[in-house]
Amino acid sequence: MQKTVSLTVNGKPVSATVEGRTLLVQLLREQLGLTGTHVGCDTSQCGACVVHVDGEAVKACTLLAVQADGHSVLTIEGVATGDTLHPMQEAFRNNHALQCGFCTPGMVMSALDLVKNNPNPTEREIREYLEGNLCRCTGYHNIVLAIAEGAAVMRGEAPPNVHGAAAE
Amino acid sequence: MATIGTPVRRREDYRFLTGGGTYTDDINRPGQLYAYILRSPHAHAQIAGINTSAAQRAPGVVEVYTGKDMAADSVGGLPCGWQVHSKDGTPMAEPPHPVLAVDRVRYVGDPVAVVIADTLGQARDAAELVSVDYAEEPAAIDPVAALQPGAPQVNAEAPGNLCYDWQLGDLAAVEATFAKATRIVKLDLTNNRLVPNAMEPRAAIGEFNRATGEYTLYTTSQNPHVIRLLMGAFVLHIPESRLRVIAPDVGGGFGSKIYHYAEEAITTWAAGKVHRPVKWTAERSESFMSDAHGRDHVTHVELALDGQAKLLALKVSTIANMGAYLSTFAPCIPTYLYGTLLAGTYTTPAIYCETKAVFTHTVPVDAYRGAGRPEATFLLERIVDLAADEIGMDPAELRRRNFIPKDAYPYQTPVALQYDSGDYGATLELALKAADYQGFEARRRDAMARGKLRGIGIATYIEACGIAPSAVVGSLGARAGLFESAEVRVHPTGSVSILTGSHSHGQGHETTFSQLVADTLGIPLDSIEIVHGDTAKIPYGMGTYGSRSLAVGGSAIVKAMDKVVAKGRKIAAHLLEAAEADVEFKDGKFTVAGTDRSKTLGEVALTAYVPHNFPHEELEPGLDETAFYDPKNFTFPSGAHIAEVEIDLETGQVAVVNFTASDDFGRIINPLIVAGQVHGGLAQGIGQALLEGCVYDKASGQLLTGSYMDYAMPRADDLPAFALSTNTTLCTHNPLGVKGCGEAGAIGAPAAITNALVDALKPLGVRHLDMPATPEKLWRIIQQHRAPLAAE
Repeated sequence: MQKTVSLTVNGKPVSATVEGRTLLVQLLREQLGLTGTHVGCDTSQCGACVVHVDGEAVKACTLLAVQADGHSVLTIEGVATGDTLHPMQEAFRNNHALQCGFCTPGMVMSALDLVKNNPNPTEREIREYLEGNLCRCTGYHNIVLAIAEGAAVMRGEAPPNVHGAAAE
Repeated sequence: MATIGTPVRRREDYRFLTGGGTYTDDINRPGQLYAYILRSPHAHAQIAGINTSAAQRAPGVVEVYTGKDMAADSVGGLPCGWQVHSKDGTPMAEPPHPVLAVDRVRYVGDPVAVVIADTLGQARDAAELVSVDYAEEPAAIDPVAALQPGAPQVNAEAPGNLCYDWQLGDLAAVEATFAKATRIVKLDLTNNRLVPNAMEPRAAIGEFNRATGEYTLYTTSQNPHVIRLLMGAFVLHIPESRLRVIAPDVGGGFGSKIYHYAEEAITTWAAGKVHRPVKWTAERSESFMSDAHGRDHVTHVELALDGQAKLLALKVSTIANMGAYLSTFAPCIPTYLYGTLLAGTYTTPAIYCETKAVFTHTVPVDAYRGAGRPEATFLLERIVDLAADEIGMDPAELRRRNFIPKDAYPYQTPVALQYDSGDYGATLELALKAADYQGFEARRRDAMARGKLRGIGIATYIEACGIAPSAVVGSLGARAGLFESAEVRVHPTGSVSILTGSHSHGQGHETTFSQLVADTLGIPLDSIEIVHGDTAKIPYGMGTYGSRSLAVGGSAIVKAMDKVVAKGRKIAAHLLEAAEADVEFKDGKFTVAGTDRSKTLGEVALTAYVPHNFPHEELEPGLDETAFYDPKNFTFPSGAHIAEVEIDLETGQVAVVNFTASDDFGRIINPLIVAGQVHGGLAQGIGQALLEGCVYDKASGQLLTGSYMDYAMPRADDLPAFALSTNTTLCTHNPLGVKGCGEAGAIGAPAAITNALVDALKPLGVRHLDMPATPEKLWRIIQQHRAPLAAE
């Protein structure tokens, strides 16, 4: 069964014809060409596919495309402003919070969701919040530092630069 | 400005942070079809017949192929890249490994048929219509039981399921030493089977160009040239000139993406049949049952000591699970990457190791981060701790007494390796201080008052990296050379492309290699491009594994840059009308010594490509040099890791409260990236110790841990913040002095954590724990042994 859905993705209205079983992540990746949202598992555990729907973090492998009809979706491609990274993206870069990059879009989308609900999270709160996002490369150490830095900058504070990282 | 040694932010991050990475599954080719692979639901069965006719007629289906179709087209089996010989000199049993099973399936997940359709949904739907007539047979799952007489037979070519019975070391010397030892410590242990679980599932797109007869394979590989060689030469019989392999952005590997897998051959072969691109992407549950697994050893170890706690001799007997077939490098892991590491950081004069490799009805087992070295380190550091406990000596002190002294290099071990440099004593002291080892007993008492058992555990390790001198590994059975290649292409305006045979799948080569080039050639980072992962672009390269990229690939870049500078000096001498010997190269400029007359690299490059005023009689135009670097020895990173844990007496839950890692990686180019590598390795090592374990049902052979619902991946709240430090001694035989850092964490952490747990449980009389130490396992131990605590 085919259905046409209309939604807003990264601020732009889009329409697409999907099957009833098409997942939101398939619509984004395969029909809209937004391949920044990744699929890392088939049990809604890994979080590589996290996007925001109407401002809430959602695993795009767990929502049918038809359920997103009429809603507003933000993906990793819509986070930066032009060429300027969002403070959370910048914090991930400053803290070497990504290696292979595969979990990274989901991590950033989750981090933004955390900070929206808790602007000044503790290390423990960050670690507990990340229960739904798996990373196999970083051991989470630098992701935790990055989210704390991103949150600080979003609160208007200066980034701590704990690694003394140099611009390339 | 020097960038080497400074924490330069990664050049690759921007694309990954904005969704701009290009992973294999992100690529779609015009006219692309989708493959769904039907896999065996049984661990062991005969295939009496396969009926594909209903699937062939299903909507959208283009073709359905079985193993018979591939065999009829003379498709070869998946080859093994390493031949190990048994004690008696006979070569290992090497059963055929068909791409698609033909008459028998040998593990749950063994590929049986492939359905190719317009959409993935159609392919998956049609696969349900393929009818396979299986005659199920008993399966050999447990590696020890598989060696018993009467066990179900996995491969006819390996009677009794024995692949090889290998040995290393002087057994007579070891036994003579044991006969006169003051103390003998014995231990039986397992090294738990793991699933690598790179976050990006494997994927492959095969493509065939009818006009040119050329094939292209996009694949999630750590080494595209290795795949081109293995698949082209042995499986599909396509010459290199007509086969291009591209490994674009790859989302983690950890060893699991080294090997040539069936799906690469299936998609490439099928593309040639249907004349359209064919794409396959693993679902995570497919990854669990088709990616090569890691570890899976059962070991008995004995250690002999004298009255002064000096290690005299070590005797190790291991059964190593190979799974149902030999994966690409499987035979070398529990032999030459394991037995050779059993001296560790110690002066033990006599060592003997024997390994029986066994076939079972499980997924093939091969290298996973550390590969043999974590297994060697785990047994050595466990038995050293056990010896310290039996003697009643501080485990740090027992280690100090037995370290190879820092003035003993080069140090020849009794198990074939020659270590070039290290300073294990100083590294351990650094870690002990950072971990406040002295103050631990107060923390133990404090924890007990809170209902927690607290323990501290040390592990030191040595690893052999920078794999490897081709002549050495060739003599040990490798069917490949293990050099690395690099091309340094200086463009007419002075920007530089580095074409490297190394492959980055998270390691940050685009940054580290650029730092190397920027400092050597004196040019800005943003005028350097790092190209990798495409056999049509780069020279023949061996790829990335075994912590080899900087030590071997980086050394190849240095060699090629040396050639560029040598030629540039000649060109500059001509332009400056000076003697070549008087021209110095520094900070990007060729200068006549003692003068201010100079030419920049850019000016020299422009002259090389616009050679109007050029020494044509002496030089060819252009400034583009290639080098191959074959290492002289392995590199030997080492370190001391200290874990501190608390076990909740009521729940058995473990908290890793502190983890300290002090490592010697040789020269460090980018400390930010090195720390990241250690963090990730530690997470995998701690995962092995506490959480991860691949479990098969021992009767049916069903994979019980087949998803993230069942297989416990380390999550952020399972892990502590890590305390890292380095104590550097330089590698003596490569031009950079680098040793490699990719696997260290996964090697040191399992023993450090387990030693800490056993230390915590000492009041309960616990002597050893097998991994993973899950809360359930610990809770049961606490329930069984609680009486001594109550009596205190």
